[in-house]
Amino acid sequence: MATYLEFIQQNEERDGVRFSWNVWPSSRLEATRMVVPLACLLTPLKECPDLPPVQYEPVFCSRPTCKAVLNPLCQVDYRAKLWACNFCFQRNQFPPAYAGISEVNQPAELMPQFSTIEYMIQEDDLQALKESLQMSLSLLPPDALVGLITFGRMVQVHELSCEGISKSYVFRGTKDLTAKQIQDMLGLTKPAMPMQQARPAQPQEHPFVSSRFLQPIHKIDMNLTDLLGELQRDPWPVTQGKRPLRSTGVALSIAVGLLEGTFPNTGARIMLFTGGPPTQGPGMVVGDELKIPIRSWHDIEKDNARFMKKATKHYEMLANRTAVNGHCIDIYACALDQTGLLEMKCCANLTGGHMVMGDSFNTSLFKQTFQRIFSKDFNGDFRMAFGATLEVKTSRELKIAGAIGPCVSLNVKGPCVSENELGVGGTSQWKICGLDPTSTLGIYFEVVNQHNAPIPQGGRGAIQFVTQYQHSSTQRRIRVTTIARNWADAQSQLRHIEAAFDQEAAAVLMARLGVFRAESEEGPDVLRWLDRQLIRLCQKFGQYNKEDPTSFRLSDSFSLYPQFMFHLRRSPFLQVFNNSPDESSYYRHHFARQDLTQSLIMIQPILYSYSFQGPPEPVLLDSSSILADRILLMDTFFQIVIYLGETIAQWRKAGYQDMPEYENFKHLLQAPLDDAQEILQARFPMPRYINTEHGGSQARFLLSKVNPSQTHNNLYAWGQETGAPILTDDVSLQVFMDHLKKLAVSSAC
Amino acid sequence: MNVNQSVPPVPPFGQPQPVYPAYHQSSYGGQPGSTAPPTPYGAYNGPVPGYQQAPPQGVSRAPTSSGAPPASTAQAPCGQAAYGQFGQGDVQNGPSSTVQMQRLPGSQPFGSPLAPVVSQPAVLQPYGSPPTSAQVTTQLAGMQISGAVAPAPPSSGLSYGPPTSLASASGSFPNSGLYGSYPQGQAPPVGQAQGYLGVQTPQRSAPSQASSFTPPASGGPRMPSMTGPLLPGQGFGGPSVSQPNHVSSPPPQALPPGTQMTGPPGPPPPMHSPQQPGYQLQQNGSFGPARGPQPNYGSPYPGVPTFGSQPGPPQPLPPKRLDPDAIPSPIQVIEDDRNNRGTEPFVTGVRGQVPPLVTTNFLVKDQGNASPRYIRCTSYNIPCTSDMAKQAQVPLAAVIKPLARLPPEEASPYVVDHGESGPLRCNRCKAYMCPFMQFIEGGRRFQCCFCSCINDVPPQYFQHLDHTGKRVDAYDRPELSLGSYEFLATVDYCKNNKFPSPPAFIFMIDVSYNAIRTGLVRLLCEELKSLLDFLPREGGAEESAIRVGFVTYNKVLHFYNVKSSLAQPQMMVVSDVADMFVPLLDGFLVNVNESRAVITSLLDQIPEMFADTRETETVFAPVIQAGMEALKAAECAGKLFLFHTSLPIAEAPGKLKNRDDRKLINTDKEKTLFQPQTGAYQTLAKECVAQGCCVDLFLFPNQYVDVATLSVVPQLTGGSVYKYACFQVENDQERFLSDLRRDVQKVVGFDAVMRVRTSTGIRAVDFFGAFYMSNTTDVELAGLDGDKTVTVEFKHDDRLNEESGALLQCALLYTSCAGQRRLRIHNLALNCCTQLADLYRNCETDTLINYMAKFAYRGVLNSPVKAVRDTLITQCAQILACYRKNCASPSSAGQLILPECMKLLPVYLNCVLKSDVLQPGAEVTTDDRAYVRQLVTSMDVAETNVFFYPRLLPLTKSPIESTTEPPAVRASEERLSNGDIYLLENGLNLFLWVGASVQQGVVQSLFSVSSFSQIISGLSVLPVLDNPLSKKVRGLIDSLRAQRSRYMKLIVVKQEDKLEMLFKHFLVEDKSLSGGASYVDFLCHMHKEIRQLLS
Repeated sequence: MATYLEFIQQNEERDGVRFSWNVWPSSRLEATRMVVPLACLLTPLKECPDLPPVQYEPVFCSRPTCKAVLNPLCQVDYRAKLWACNFCFQRNQFPPAYAGISEVNQPAELMPQFSTIEYMIQEDDLQALKESLQMSLSLLPPDALVGLITFGRMVQVHELSCEGISKSYVFRGTKDLTAKQIQDMLGLTKPAMPMQQARPAQPQEHPFVSSRFLQPIHKIDMNLTDLLGELQRDPWPVTQGKRPLRSTGVALSIAVGLLEGTFPNTGARIMLFTGGPPTQGPGMVVGDELKIPIRSWHDIEKDNARFMKKATKHYEMLANRTAVNGHCIDIYACALDQTGLLEMKCCANLTGGHMVMGDSFNTSLFKQTFQRIFSKDFNGDFRMAFGATLEVKTSRELKIAGAIGPCVSLNVKGPCVSENELGVGGTSQWKICGLDPTSTLGIYFEVVNQHNAPIPQGGRGAIQFVTQYQHSSTQRRIRVTTIARNWADAQSQLRHIEAAFDQEAAAVLMARLGVFRAESEEGPDVLRWLDRQLIRLCQKFGQYNKEDPTSFRLSDSFSLYPQFMFHLRRSPFLQVFNNSPDESSYYRHHFARQDLTQSLIMIQPILYSYSFQGPPEPVLLDSSSILADRILLMDTFFQIVIYLGETIAQWRKAGYQDMPEYENFKHLLQAPLDDAQEILQARFPMPRYINTEHGGSQARFLLSKVNPSQTHNNLYAWGQETGAPILTDDVSLQVFMDHLKKLAVSSAC
Repeated sequence: MNVNQSVPPVPPFGQPQPVYPAYHQSSYGGQPGSTAPPTPYGAYNGPVPGYQQAPPQGVSRAPTSSGAPPASTAQAPCGQAAYGQFGQGDVQNGPSSTVQMQRLPGSQPFGSPLAPVVSQPAVLQPYGSPPTSAQVTTQLAGMQISGAVAPAPPSSGLSYGPPTSLASASGSFPNSGLYGSYPQGQAPPVGQAQGYLGVQTPQRSAPSQASSFTPPASGGPRMPSMTGPLLPGQGFGGPSVSQPNHVSSPPPQALPPGTQMTGPPGPPPPMHSPQQPGYQLQQNGSFGPARGPQPNYGSPYPGVPTFGSQPGPPQPLPPKRLDPDAIPSPIQVIEDDRNNRGTEPFVTGVRGQVPPLVTTNFLVKDQGNASPRYIRCTSYNIPCTSDMAKQAQVPLAAVIKPLARLPPEEASPYVVDHGESGPLRCNRCKAYMCPFMQFIEGGRRFQCCFCSCINDVPPQYFQHLDHTGKRVDAYDRPELSLGSYEFLATVDYCKNNKFPSPPAFIFMIDVSYNAIRTGLVRLLCEELKSLLDFLPREGGAEESAIRVGFVTYNKVLHFYNVKSSLAQPQMMVVSDVADMFVPLLDGFLVNVNESRAVITSLLDQIPEMFADTRETETVFAPVIQAGMEALKAAECAGKLFLFHTSLPIAEAPGKLKNRDDRKLINTDKEKTLFQPQTGAYQTLAKECVAQGCCVDLFLFPNQYVDVATLSVVPQLTGGSVYKYACFQVENDQERFLSDLRRDVQKVVGFDAVMRVRTSTGIRAVDFFGAFYMSNTTDVELAGLDGDKTVTVEFKHDDRLNEESGALLQCALLYTSCAGQRRLRIHNLALNCCTQLADLYRNCETDTLINYMAKFAYRGVLNSPVKAVRDTLITQCAQILACYRKNCASPSSAGQLILPECMKLLPVYLNCVLKSDVLQPGAEVTTDDRAYVRQLVTSMDVAETNVFFYPRLLPLTKSPIESTTEPPAVRASEERLSNGDIYLLENGLNLFLWVGASVQQGVVQSLFSVSSFSQIISGLSVLPVLDNPLSKKVRGLIDSLRAQRSRYMKLIVVKQEDKLEMLFKHFLVEDKSLSGGASYVDFLCHMHKEIRQLLS
């Protein structure tokens, strides 16, 4: 079905959309029997070099409940100047001005749209962070507004406009304040004009009270640089056996409140840099007693995480407020221990902010990641957009079940909203406060057409995605994507449907569902659910004789799917063993926003093998691929691992690469490095780069990922020298598949 | 008292004064030597005769005397006073008149009074009806001051004599001859004096009979004088008429006479042909000896109808009044004490010794009891039983100033280090080792002098005893030989068992619109730059250990990071005033020298930063809270200096509203004006105390700021409040800066706890002052400086023993300004008595007034002011009545007899009663009253003394070359001569009063203007001129200021000028505009009260 693959890729290329099914089962009943829901991965801002922005407002369908945008799928009567909406079949007239180009391009608000709030932590690598921040200042456009809030035991909002003495407003780190209080305390509320008559002309009526805290970079560049330069460690002493007090919760609350009061519904980023967990006040994750460690998964399972619920609630409240205002929150957490990402994750998740986790601000991992945030596209614009809303419209046979991604529901009910929720449902519109070209949402649909109301042959279902956002150039833009797919009767045309199955998209979409569930359910339950879905899928689409596992076959369009599921089960998105809660949150955060390719890498890392035998080749993610004379390059999205086989390592140790006669060896060694660099260049966040060799302690990153086809249990059974045994009790892919086959063909379940 | 007539008091006297001075002195001191009775006397004599006649009436006189002078009697000096009054009072017009005439020009005034001749009757009436009020004068009349105990009218003649010389009279005691001497100075020693004289030395003992003296001392004389005066008065009478009431006065019954009598008793002999003769008699010679001390007034008070009545007959109408000169004069008493006790050092070795007056300069030698600079008691002889104490009603109190500054000649307390074991204490009562501990069993044990518990002597402290049972090393150890010393405290005496860090000073500056507009902020910042070099340091330390921090505020607070490593200070704004906290630690409190550049930069910038502020609202409680939290965070004690301008109306804890309501005055709700508006400040103060955070408040109000509430925290934390109403840089700069410098530089003890232990039998039960108490025994002081006193009242809880006396030990645990933890111990041994007379003979009136004022000032918080005043009067009357009943020799009931040691009690008490707090005038604001109330609470005896009875110094009377302070005159308008210039000070205010007919030359050399009319009224600075007079006056002003803990702003007042009203407010012997009684009137009233008690 090469044609389908091409079709799919073409569609993705053009629309940024990939459906799990590209031919849709035409009735609800059949659709549910497909196991994998009808869903798509949508990358709203996919970079399309050949997509010039049109400079006029879209034309909407006039039916109030529809309001779909005129699109290529609509039938247009050019003579009558009418067009028919393909969603509700309403006939609409073109607006008078439609023929020509009307300059209706509404200018963005006068205020620059884009502001950065930076927060700082106090850690030893404060210096490194300061440098990064200063660097970032140079990357921002000169009219961008920036503000600075620092926190430790106290929270300081720095006033950037003052001359001479540097001035900051300080807040207690233990007390949560409402937005109103914050604005009052910062003097942001308009002074009630007393006795207006008495003083007719109040000369300066502060048009811009906020100006003290948020200033265009070009005005306060020096100030801010000085300020950053003079920042000191939190001056409050940290007694032995205590953690430094860190008021992240309040700091965040103040930043949110500040922006809420000054620039609501204007693009803004709050960038939180923290070097440790919040230790006091609302949102505290751990107490300041060092002897009490921060919560682990074990604690959470035992319900021993004292602060978790409260903290999570605090951050959720903030995240929701932020989202309402169209701002986004980035979290840059660099510390060796956990920093409370688990509790704070919603801030980034709900607002489309970034989440970066590192060991130290003084690592290239952080520095380059941070730098990449300010990268620009081919037009010279930042790769970021703000305050987007995504609206989905469907033709009447479909309803919207929900979305999974960096978004919040706008709670817009409508005829096309399903009662069955998958992900964030119950709405046809979502808000995505921060977007970049790779941000991808999974959107789930429900076929509602009844079985007894067949769709005419050749009927097509249509979905329209309308994304309104504020471009980094401050323009307000709308991107409309309308797609249509054929309907097919699942009973008579199952082959078509089967052939149009996009197993990659399906895997990712199922994975998102699984991860979404994992946030609220027990891990084993989620795994069981996934397994059951897989088995049902195999039962539906496999070819087999009952009770005969060996007869089991899957068609090409499904062949990889079980393997994806196998790796998904082992992935850190669903397995918390060996991961801290923060790490899990971090992984899940990224999984829920990356596009299909990246998501697949996360599910099933890519493994390349380098040898003298030929050009590098992708190899099975299997322990059998670990050979002594190979160099392996593994990309798990979060890590890039270069692994030298035993022999190679020995050679390198012997220094052959330095001998002119072994130049080819030198090249061999270099090849994966170059490839890794290429990946590193492109990816955000910057992956952890690991260069290890046979027997190296960091080889564990590789060993934990490969399919344990050889373990200490079966080592001798295989009896071969190839590959490396993995010391694990995990089941291998082979065992997994065997079980799957057995269950699929079993009539018991 | 026939005599008494109510005379219009005032006028006459005024002038006479001039004379007086002389008298006073003369009389007292004079006695002995001074022959030359000043003219006045002469005058008297004249009168005397008259009197004599009168004498017959004896009785009658008394009244007369009573009327006027009674008081005077008391004061030896009164002699003078006597004049006037008596004259009047006494019927003896004839004579009197003459006398007066003779007197001086000054006399004139008298004249008038006299007129009243009629008085007697008159007087009486007044009393009756008008009782208290002004008319009192009449009353006075009633009182005859005649010290004359003896009712013996006979002396009548004497009486006359007395008039003049009462003083002399007294003097006479000693030696009749003295009279002459009296006249001048000598007299002073009334009671004492006599004693001195040698003759009476014994006085005291003798005195016991006090009563007698009256006559003797003052009384005696006075009576006479009274009479004398009266006469004159009558003569003058004409004028006297003025007071109709008085006329009525006569009613006073005969009593008066009695009084007079008294006077006479001794002296009957009219002898001194000249003036004195009479006196001597009175003086009793008889008494003389005996009791120098007690003056008694005998007199009918006006009040008492009785009085009047009798006398009535004599002279009709002429209202008569007591001769102010005849009543006890504070000036005279002070002078006497100065002359008698100022020369020899006061050696504290002897138990129960009454120290010289606070107004006397004396040296102290510590020989086992604490110097009176540290502790003064109301009485140095305590009744053995509580019954006696109750009977006498004399409060038993000690005014303790634990960190008092000493003159350079006296050594500060030695510091004793007992090493790791800490100071040696009694195991049971925890009293500290002191000279009264009794070592026994060869020195192996000691018996606690407070609780009698027997303790082992630790081996390292063991020492053998000598044959007297004294440790042989007693004189090597301060704690065994001195009354005051210090122990180094061990870590057990420290908070949290950690030695304290050096304290910190935090300057918190109001930068609201008002503060900026007046230029205060700029001035202050400028001053701080240099002032920070003078932070208190300990001993020879090179630099102060104290760290400093800065905060500015209006509706929000601004903290400053002035860390030395910064190029610029950093400002941190805290707007969460509802929940104050300190935003930074490191960099907030810094060493001045290390951070000088940053601090200077900050102080330069503060005025600029807020130059355009429009913020008028301020907060207050959060500011203190912030300072306290800062100290808490830094784990040290310290002091906040708050510079605040307005009522804190911004939304924040401790927010206040304007509740000033003059309509409440004289209602039951008046007390609310003194009470804090909200309890928040008490709570805050409590926290401050726990942290050792002392708050000094500088107020710069333009209008009502509710001092009563704002001063709660300073008050409870041992801080000070300074108030500069309507502050203007040009006018008030010097005063403010001077106060500030002094306040910043003064040595302070922090985080202190004071405990007063007593030997069994008495117990400290009540405490007054600027401090906080969380239990009934420990006085907690966040800060304590050398100006603050704590007044402690004692009550009996058992019988005392004459043998062992009573002991006090005041232990103060504090942190020095270098951060050293120390214990300062003061010990004092008092006598105990079974005879009330001993009590009265060993009282200290100044201290008593200090206690009573504080008691009353606290009372206004809970009771209507009127009730408080009544309580004071009643107590005073009881004290005096008890004396009269139990100690004075029998005399006529109409005679007012005062114990020598307490003869100033009425005049001083009257000053307290008419002080702004207890009887506000129309121009006194609620804030002023609260301010004063608060100030008085921690004043020491010297301060209350001058505060209630201001010093009035004539400037041109003494030779220009003399370097000493000119002798003061009594605070009465009558004493002012329009040809002279006077300085008046009360510790807070300083006036320069210029008489209308001052010589032009004087005007020129002082003010550099050519005439009186060109002098600018209200001037606050004298031009610096190079002439002896100018130098002298300015020098005098400087020296006065140096004596007081606060800078007194000078105000030049011209006679007959608007400002004079202000000035007159401080002439406390006169009737005040707000209804306060004149001295004379009050004395009469007091006499009446006493009589009522006795009857």
